Amino acid sequence: MNNIGRAARVFGSFWWDFLVGDTPELFIAALLIIVVALLLRHDHVLAVIVLPVMAVLSLMASVLHGRNKR
Amino acid sequence: MSATSTTVLLLAVFGASTVEMVEALTIVVAVGVSRGWRSALEGAAAAVVLLAVLVAAVGVPLIHYVPIDALRVVIGGLLLVLGMSWLRKAVLRAGGLKPLHDEDAIFAATSEELRQGAIGAVSTRRRDGMGFAVAFKGVFLEGTEVVLIVVSLGASQHRLGLAAGAAAAAAVLVALVGALVARQLSAVPENTIKLGVGVMLTSFGLFWVGEGAGVHWPGSDLAIVVIIGIFALFTLGLVTWLRRVGPRSGPSAPRVAVERTAE
Repeated sequence: MNNIGRAARVFGSFWWDFLVGDTPELFIAALLIIVVALLLRHDHVLAVIVLPVMAVLSLMASVLHGRNKR
Repeated sequence: MSATSTTVLLLAVFGASTVEMVEALTIVVAVGVSRGWRSALEGAAAAVVLLAVLVAAVGVPLIHYVPIDALRVVIGGLLLVLGMSWLRKAVLRAGGLKPLHDEDAIFAATSEELRQGAIGAVSTRRRDGMGFAVAFKGVFLEGTEVVLIVVSLGASQHRLGLAAGAAAAAAVLVALVGALVARQLSAVPENTIKLGVGVMLTSFGLFWVGEGAGVHWPGSDLAIVVIIGIFALFTLGLVTWLRRVGPRSGPSAPRVAVERTAE
């Protein structure tokens, strides 16, 4: 049981570091992009404009955040 | 699936695998030089076998049992997170705000640590536990991201074999070049490759999230090329701007750094 618990912790910690790590803003941005894609699935024109804009703005915000931390 | 998306898939997997394998090779060569080649090569080979088993064990069931649209949304989200975080790091490095990955310094530091850990002389022919473990861990950790990229891109396009083949080709190429020059590949422009792979992963991620959700991209698969163009231009602009303005306060980052993390 102890080994299973340890393995679960290691597994969870790997995915946490991989998905969230030191850039939680990018994880949240990806989730928001998925939600917006699902909401706009019937409005294709709006979706193909909004989705790339969201990704570009998220990345820019994260880079600026990284620059300000230095 | 069109030739366009297949080409982008091959380039993305090959590029990602090349970057990670160069980093892994640095560790394997450091182990080989300081602890013996037998343990270094056995550790590296064991890690490669385990990574291949992971691709088959995770990728094949994904393709056969998960509905394609749900798979594309989840995998697209995963690629978006991975791609944007690669791109962010590479942009900060290219803009001079984060030190570049220095394979020579990593090689020297790893070799020194391994030599200090040695009790007496280590034979180059006998099996050495520490050497095996360090080589195994290095290759496995660097390869894990490649496995995720191979499984994600391969499963979302039902081209798992092709994606795995591209990763294997990159690994073989890096190993061959490494063997020929008999050292780590510090001359490889890692950050430039990372910028390119980051752009491709982010573009693929966005494309698959949209496709999986039911959005129809104009031009179907050709939209990937347009999205790549948008992100490439944006990245170029961001790097140029960062180089001009520098950090918000204080001097720029040192040019290179010793950083032994899977990235």
